[in-house]
Amino acid sequence: MAKVIMKGNEAIAKAAIVGGCRYFMGYPITPQNEVPEYLSRELPKVGGTFIQAESEVAAINMVYGAGASGARVMTSSSSPGIALKQEGIGYLIHGEVPAVIVSMMRGGPALGTIQPAQSDYLQAKYGGSNGDKHLPVLLPGNIQEAVDAVKYAFEMADHYRHPVIVCCDGLIGQMMEPVEFDHPVEVKSKPDPADWALGCSRPGERNFIYGISDDAPDCERRNIRNFEGKYAEMAATEARYEEFMMDDAEYAMVGYGTTSRILRTAVMELRKEGIKIGLIRPKTAWPFPEAPFQNKNIKKFIVGEMSMGQMVDDVILACGDKTKVTFYGRCGGVIPTPEEYIDYAKKVIGGAE
Amino acid sequence: MFKDDKRIRMFCGHYGSGKTEFAVNYVTKLKEEVGPDRKVVISDMDIVNPYFRSREKKAELEDKGIVVYGSSYNNDADIPAVPAEMMGPFIDKKCEYVIDLGGNDVGTIVLGRYKEHYDPEEIDVFMVINTYRPDTYDADLCIEQMHELEAGIGLKVTGFVNNTNLVRETTAADLIRGEEIISEVSKRTGVPIRYTTYVKEVVKDMTPEIEAKLSGTVVPMTYYMRASWM
Repeated sequence: MAKVIMKGNEAIAKAAIVGGCRYFMGYPITPQNEVPEYLSRELPKVGGTFIQAESEVAAINMVYGAGASGARVMTSSSSPGIALKQEGIGYLIHGEVPAVIVSMMRGGPALGTIQPAQSDYLQAKYGGSNGDKHLPVLLPGNIQEAVDAVKYAFEMADHYRHPVIVCCDGLIGQMMEPVEFDHPVEVKSKPDPADWALGCSRPGERNFIYGISDDAPDCERRNIRNFEGKYAEMAATEARYEEFMMDDAEYAMVGYGTTSRILRTAVMELRKEGIKIGLIRPKTAWPFPEAPFQNKNIKKFIVGEMSMGQMVDDVILACGDKTKVTFYGRCGGVIPTPEEYIDYAKKVIGGAE
Repeated sequence: MFKDDKRIRMFCGHYGSGKTEFAVNYVTKLKEEVGPDRKVVISDMDIVNPYFRSREKKAELEDKGIVVYGSSYNNDADIPAVPAEMMGPFIDKKCEYVIDLGGNDVGTIVLGRYKEHYDPEEIDVFMVINTYRPDTYDADLCIEQMHELEAGIGLKVTGFVNNTNLVRETTAADLIRGEEIISEVSKRTGVPIRYTTYVKEVVKDMTPEIEAKLSGTVVPMTYYMRASWM
């Protein structure tokens, strides 16, 4: 099928099926409800299983079970729902179980609002409960990218035997855009399920998923193996970003997701006034793309988020000079306008901020 | 043109068909046609979608003299509630009424509450169709959707609106594609295409020759619901 027009949530759900996902467990919450709604209708048609669990906690633990048996499995939720899933994500990491988690952010803390926000960047990046770990986080900026991110997240999850988060603001879930599903994504190698997955072992052998380590040295060994192995590989190969009008830029707007679209419009307007400004758009939160922030021509990195400032800390770390980084954001579900960023950028460039 | 439609106009269609965008454009032009002395009301009965609802344009529409009723407490909360005032325009014959219904058959359920208060003869039910939506991608699917909507509303569709688009990528050829599919639907169901709509700033290759091939009244629209950066 050629291009169709779809709501972000529906497109994400369909991308999961196209990406080989046959199991989904979740619990409803705005603004991601079209994901379970679509999958409840469509998964049975392809021989899959949809379960509306009794809670988010139950859902993530069902995901743990399905993933542990080598199936491609997904869950999705929004801010307070993702908060409930944290413990289970930690079990997925420790047990080295692949799974994809879609986080469709809304205003917070707690129930907050149902409007779109980006205040769960830190939740996605540093969440997944306790312990030494990282969580790979993909940050799509439009619906086509969300589709590609979901398909690629399954490749990553299987390759690394690790949960992967696709993190969007609610607007990406709710807006309509033309999209196609046969965009190729990189196919990654996968460990043989016979080597690890429950119910897949070779005759006479048994596979185990570990919820607890045998002893302290064993737990340390696992962590070191992760950090020197899968995390090192992710850090070296999985950071993604896009630059827009950065060739001759002296100033850089920085933002992801919906905010990056607002910033792009602001950049185009400021360029009309002769201001040498561009946009750096991180497409992953972990690993964070550091290279574009080492650009010595940039006088100020102007970070925009639909939050009180979360990714801004990564920009400071990546550029190594906090005097070069400024921030403007709206939060609680309020969407900033291009005009607000144009005004703010002019203040920064004029030396007022 | 819009003032010649029946007094109560219901806009329905699968979510993503563009019914809210058309409803807001429609009510704006309707108010211009009937003038300041005739009351024009738009009710947003969408209790399903959390974003992109016509009540988000309340202030803008009220400035034009249009009365706007929303269906949720405080507009933004996730509490599907229908205020009592939405009933009035069903009965008040001195009032032009535009109703923006929720997507698919679930979204139309709210109408049941008014069933005993309206006269079906006074109602136009417009089904807005974007043939690039997977659920209305061909004639069979459109007819299936139509039957589901009619079952939900309890009224027959009286006209189609060809709103075929790929948002900012839309060309005149896309409207022709929609025309071919929906005119087949029209032939098979006997329901006419009443309007064909497109966004003027997007469909730059529209010509009078292409317009002549499109059924119903051709309505150039402006984006109310989609921000410039979207």
